[in-house]
Amino acid sequence: MVTEKEIWAYLEEVSDPEIPVLTVVDLGVVRAVEITETSCHVTITPTYSGCPAMKMIEEQIIEKLNEKGIENVTVSLVLSPAWTTDWLTESGKNKLREYGIAPPEHEVDKSVLFSEPTVVPCPQCKSRNTKMISQFGSTACKAHYQCNECLEPFDYFKCLK
Amino acid sequence: MSALFEYIIRLGDDSLILGHRMSEWCGHGPILEEDIAMTNIALDLVGQATSLLNYAGQVEGNGRDGDKLAFLRYDREYKNTLLVEQPNGDFGTTIMRQFLFDAYRKPLFEKLQNSSDKQLSAIAEKSLKETKYHLKHSSEWVIRLGDGTEESHQRIQEALNTLWRYSSELFYTDEVDATLLSQGIITDIAEIRAEWEVTVKNVFEEATLQIPSNNWKQEGGRKGMHSENMGYILAELQYMQRAYPNMEW
Ligand SMILES: [Zn+2]
Repeated sequence: MVTEKEIWAYLEEVSDPEIPVLTVVDLGVVRAVEITETSCHVTITPTYSGCPAMKMIEEQIIEKLNEKGIENVTVSLVLSPAWTTDWLTESGKNKLREYGIAPPEHEVDKSVLFSEPTVVPCPQCKSRNTKMISQFGSTACKAHYQCNECLEPFDYFKCLK
Repeated sequence: MSALFEYIIRLGDDSLILGHRMSEWCGHGPILEEDIAMTNIALDLVGQATSLLNYAGQVEGNGRDGDKLAFLRYDREYKNTLLVEQPNGDFGTTIMRQFLFDAYRKPLFEKLQNSSDKQLSAIAEKSLKETKYHLKHSSEWVIRLGDGTEESHQRIQEALNTLWRYSSELFYTDEVDATLLSQGIITDIAEIRAEWEVTVKNVFEEATLQIPSNNWKQEGGRKGMHSENMGYILAELQYMQRAYPNMEW
């Protein structure tokens, strides 16, 4: 019988449809894996309420596990505890940086009124002299920044706490 | 019909209808960044509506899911406030409508996180994180437009004058709220209103905007009595399910 550990390893082969450099495990959206003699149940959580990738992630998980010879795979969605960027693994953060997306900064975004945007180092030249262009970027989980040194625009995987 | 079902429908319909309104901006934003911002906000709201209406369907227990509730009710069965169904108007009007709403939603979700109802609390915990970004976005724009040029100031002040009459309905309560309050599922709306008033006052001060002295109020949405806008919204929102019943993507 397949072990839980093996299932987690298989899930490492399922990539996030919007940021393919990350696996669903890196992203931290897999919450639990339960196996019985005859079935496998995976619990996932969305990054954002309206994340359009969730349905696809669900289908890809089922497809991958079927491909590995595991039948009766079910996937369910839980909202609590809510996903935050703390669920991103360290390896996931490194992969993001190499891919050209700035990973979430440790400091909490002061998402209250009248605060300055977070300082985000440029993933290309590492300069901290960057500016926020827009709090909302190409996907729900990203903001749009530009580097004042090398002038490259870049995505920032914004902090969600 | 249970009080819990009715309450979740009210929250879900606010998200659904405002999300639909914001989605109307897709491809029409004044600048690219705002086009993307507004459609991101629309996506969050529609996502919240999905969670809420799916849960309402479970609570009801008659086999209706979120899609059925979103696409197959008649206008009188929608319980969103009149504020969220108001037309987009210019960018300033959309931003003002969003700000009045976000300033209410943030304290609402903060309180609901502690609800004795597990699923409602989970939805609130998730939605709050998104709502904080929305409030930051809308309040910054209210300030920028209000304390901006003569024209931007005048136009967003007009938006406030038009929309102010719909803001009190956000704090509408009736026997539905009284029942849930006694069960510990929700908290007193007065606390949420107090926080809303502080946010609104601070932001309008910074934006050099005047709260209208005319206190005339317009309510009805929470009881299913909508403005004429609702029919047009539903005609577009429901078109696909009405023309091709049970179709799926
Ligand atoms: Zn750079």
